Amino acid sequence: MRQFLLFLSVILVGIIFTVRLFYLQVYNSDADSILNDNAIRKVYDYPKRGFVYDRNGKLLVANQPSYDVMVIPREVEPLDTLEFCRLLKIDKERFDKQLKKAKHYSWRLPSPFVSHLSKEDYAILQEKMRKFTGFHIQKRSLRQYETTIGANVLGDIGEVNNKDIKNDPYYKMGDLMGKQGVEKSYDSILRGRKGIKFIQKDRFNRNIGPYKEGKLDTIPEQGKDIKITIDSELQAYGEWLMQNKRGGIIAIEPSTGEILAMIAAPTYNPNDLVGRKRSKNYTKLYNDSIAKPLFNRSLQGVYSPGSPFKLMNALIALQENVVTTNEKIACKNGYNYGNRHMGCHCGSGLRDMSLGIQKSCNAYFATVYRRILDKPKNAREGIQLWSNHAKSFGLGNFLNNDLAVGQKGRIPDKAYYKRAYPERFYSTYTISNAIGQGEVLTTPIQLANMIAAIANRGFYYTPHIVKAIEGETLPENFTKPKYTTIDKKHFEPVIDGMLQVYKKGTANSLQIEGLDICGKTGTVENFMKIDSVKTQLTDHSIFVAFAPKDNPKIALAVFVENGYFGSRFAGKIASLMIEKYVNKTITRKDLEKWLLTHSLENEYAKPYSGEPFQINRGSQYQVIPMEDVIDLPKETNIKL
Amino acid sequence: MRQTDRHFKFDWITIMLFFMLAGFGWLNILSASHTGEIIDYLSFTEFYGKQLIFIILSVVLIILILSIDAKFYERFSSVIYFASLLSLVGLFVFGKSINGATSWYDLGGMTLQPSEFAKAATALAVAKYVSDLQTDIRQFKHQIRIFIIIVIPAFLILLQKDAGSTLVYGAFFFVLYREGLPKIYLIIGSLLIGLAICALKFGVIITMFISAIIVFGYYFSKKKKSSFLQPIITLVIALIISFLVRFTYDTLLPFHQKDRITIWLSLEKDAAKLEQMKKKAAYNLLESEKAISAGGWKGKGFMEGTRTTGKFVPEQHTDYIFTTVGEEWGFIGSFAVVLVFVLLILRILHLAELQKSQFSRVYGYSVGAILFIHFLINIGMVMGLIPTIGIPLPLFSYGGSGLWGFTILVFIFVKLDSNRINEW
Repeated sequence: MRQFLLFLSVILVGIIFTVRLFYLQVYNSDADSILNDNAIRKVYDYPKRGFVYDRNGKLLVANQPSYDVMVIPREVEPLDTLEFCRLLKIDKERFDKQLKKAKHYSWRLPSPFVSHLSKEDYAILQEKMRKFTGFHIQKRSLRQYETTIGANVLGDIGEVNNKDIKNDPYYKMGDLMGKQGVEKSYDSILRGRKGIKFIQKDRFNRNIGPYKEGKLDTIPEQGKDIKITIDSELQAYGEWLMQNKRGGIIAIEPSTGEILAMIAAPTYNPNDLVGRKRSKNYTKLYNDSIAKPLFNRSLQGVYSPGSPFKLMNALIALQENVVTTNEKIACKNGYNYGNRHMGCHCGSGLRDMSLGIQKSCNAYFATVYRRILDKPKNAREGIQLWSNHAKSFGLGNFLNNDLAVGQKGRIPDKAYYKRAYPERFYSTYTISNAIGQGEVLTTPIQLANMIAAIANRGFYYTPHIVKAIEGETLPENFTKPKYTTIDKKHFEPVIDGMLQVYKKGTANSLQIEGLDICGKTGTVENFMKIDSVKTQLTDHSIFVAFAPKDNPKIALAVFVENGYFGSRFAGKIASLMIEKYVNKTITRKDLEKWLLTHSLENEYAKPYSGEPFQINRGSQYQVIPMEDVIDLPKETNIKL
Repeated sequence: MRQTDRHFKFDWITIMLFFMLAGFGWLNILSASHTGEIIDYLSFTEFYGKQLIFIILSVVLIILILSIDAKFYERFSSVIYFASLLSLVGLFVFGKSINGATSWYDLGGMTLQPSEFAKAATALAVAKYVSDLQTDIRQFKHQIRIFIIIVIPAFLILLQKDAGSTLVYGAFFFVLYREGLPKIYLIIGSLLIGLAICALKFGVIITMFISAIIVFGYYFSKKKKSSFLQPIITLVIALIISFLVRFTYDTLLPFHQKDRITIWLSLEKDAAKLEQMKKKAAYNLLESEKAISAGGWKGKGFMEGTRTTGKFVPEQHTDYIFTTVGEEWGFIGSFAVVLVFVLLILRILHLAELQKSQFSRVYGYSVGAILFIHFLINIGMVMGLIPTIGIPLPLFSYGGSGLWGFTILVFIFVKLDSNRINEW
């Protein structure tokens, strides 16, 4: 038996080793794909990011070189710190801090010492760089905005975060991606495809040479240029008019669905979010929770649509045949239903459809709205019918467009009111919807799209921001018309009513000679909680319009927060925007001046003043001297 | 006639397995040590070049060994043994230190490590003494003498701070056991190892508790009860040993050795601290396991191992050569190496059992056992199964002395074996 001890030991050890090998190499293997192999350094070669042009081919966003001073701590030799700090415009304290940080990261690998040098500083530094062993300059590419406008449209790029990396493994730590606006929605087109080089490294993290002679390396694919639908002049003009006001403007070309202007006020200079100052400025913008400059009011602002929604009710009523265009409905300074009363400012009298729209008669639309709801066997079916029509205009849902942000808004339906009124439901319950003040909520872009559909007499194209992509065709979603449930013939009477708004109605002071504009004012009550007391603020000023009446070129929705009645601010802006776009020149300089010198900042300060305040009729204009008005943004071509 | 078919009596299986390992070993040294393009396979400045030269020279050595008469090795075993001891002693005067161990002679650019040759010499001496007609291994007197023969070279090597090579002399236990060493040594040996591990892992109190259960359980199950003192004394001895083990671990062991044991048995309770320790003290082990793991089923291919190319595993061409096999040849290649080693050892042991002469048998058995210990410790260490002990993988690891030491060790036996049917 004795001779077996060693025999068996050898066999046993052989078996144990095999099991262990199996465990290490097969069961628990991290047989690495080359991308996870930490013996291989992946060096990315970033392609040029695509340029952004406006609809007329004007360059809006380009790239600029940026220079970072990098340091490899172990190669640093004693140097003239004083001179070096002076060249970099930093103090000794910062110098020590940065060097310590770099050493902490790695002694052998380069880490950024000072990022985003200006071109001038770089030029001076470059000549003296050889004196500072261990430091070198690394060139990077940053965005260069050729304009100061359109921050909310163009967006910005920033470093990816962990969530982005998880969502799309294409991104690696330190990569840049679009964070807002077009940069975000067209990121994958603009960025191109980065190239990758595989480099064998040793255990000290030093490069030894290309892995497999570079056979697996890829070359970068350049980012594609895009042309956006924005008319930069119109955009600049709108932003200029909106200074000292809050709100949004959306202008759409009805025949294509192209967004001509998308203004959110207040805004900021897109160059503020480039390079060295990005994080500081971004934090400042992000933390402004009152003015919310990063909040795109034209896309994300959910408001009651107010009177412009009456147009929708008129269209539905005609489609459902519950009223004729000639039928006259009496307004008795309002509308009485049950024992309740809804006021009206139209001055009472008999209203047909055209007059109802022109005078924005609440009683007329309350009557019509009730007829729609009461047409089927009960009001629940009625509300569903009404809801379906309204939704066919793209209201109450995301428009499925190519914008980075958006809101659904709300068009209530049968199910919605089933939750609100489980027991009984009558048409009178929701009478506020007749004048766009009830449960109905829309965003400015939805409202503009509704006007575009009216301008087109029954169809719209999904509003979109992209006009052309280098070497690609646009998706069908943007080129195929979407039809509403309203027949074409019903639009003319409504459009006629809108024309009368300018000719004789609430906006007759805003006519443009030789141009038939169709519009509708809106004045929307709004409330805010101040110290948990629901307080009414000055009404929002709303205006929707399209022009010219035949073959319309522009449809727009203007929204000015707390601007009081519709024609006071929004109507004026809409009128000027239309003139600017259709006629290219502004004849009414006085109107323009009035808008520029009238600020709403005092209105916005009221809820935070801590004192009681007056609204609407009781509020005063804040007039600012013309010297304080910011000039019309021009092409800047600033080189940072 | 005797002349013509003489060399056909060599065991070609052993020789084939031997060269398979040496050849495959060289390929892995080539992969682990080359930097940049390979210009000259016989380059004197590159490890792979030198190793190829060593292999070629070992063929000369083999021819020499096989042409010497078999009886020479038995007759001159004492002389060889004493010469070997002398070469070890000489190190204290003329030795050269590499990596903290004073185990080398510097022969004008070449270094020679006498401990690699001492194994064969000791094996010859043990074989000679055990096979002596007057030796009875069951007698304590003879056991002591053999023990001295084995311990002198082991002790000299230990003094040169080469703990790994010292451990190899444990191989002779298998040989002596085969030749009739009483079972009690095996039992005591196993118990001691168990006791030491237990004391380290669970502490003295739990160890004593377990020992008490075993000792009294054994005592009461015996039909013929001896004095009650016996289990008590046993326990006291166990207690002393446990304390000694703990004391050695806590205070006597140098830090690096202590850390190796700590990591091996996961003695550090704080998982984060243990992880930290692994990163620092067991960097080699961590990298070596990673490299083996990275191989997967089929490996990355010859000269394609990224961790090998990047030299992530220190000492990869010597003690950690098996990681190259793991990374580049994967499970299939690694398993093949393990298999060939097992086959070679089993072949040698099998041949040893066939020897008529006790001298040849004991010597052959020693060869198998020595190879086995190297195989066990080296691959076990590289895969994290046993604590880190610096010891080469026979025929694989870079080094001329090592290769020639094993060549001499194995081919003396091949010669002895070829002579087994001749009368002595």
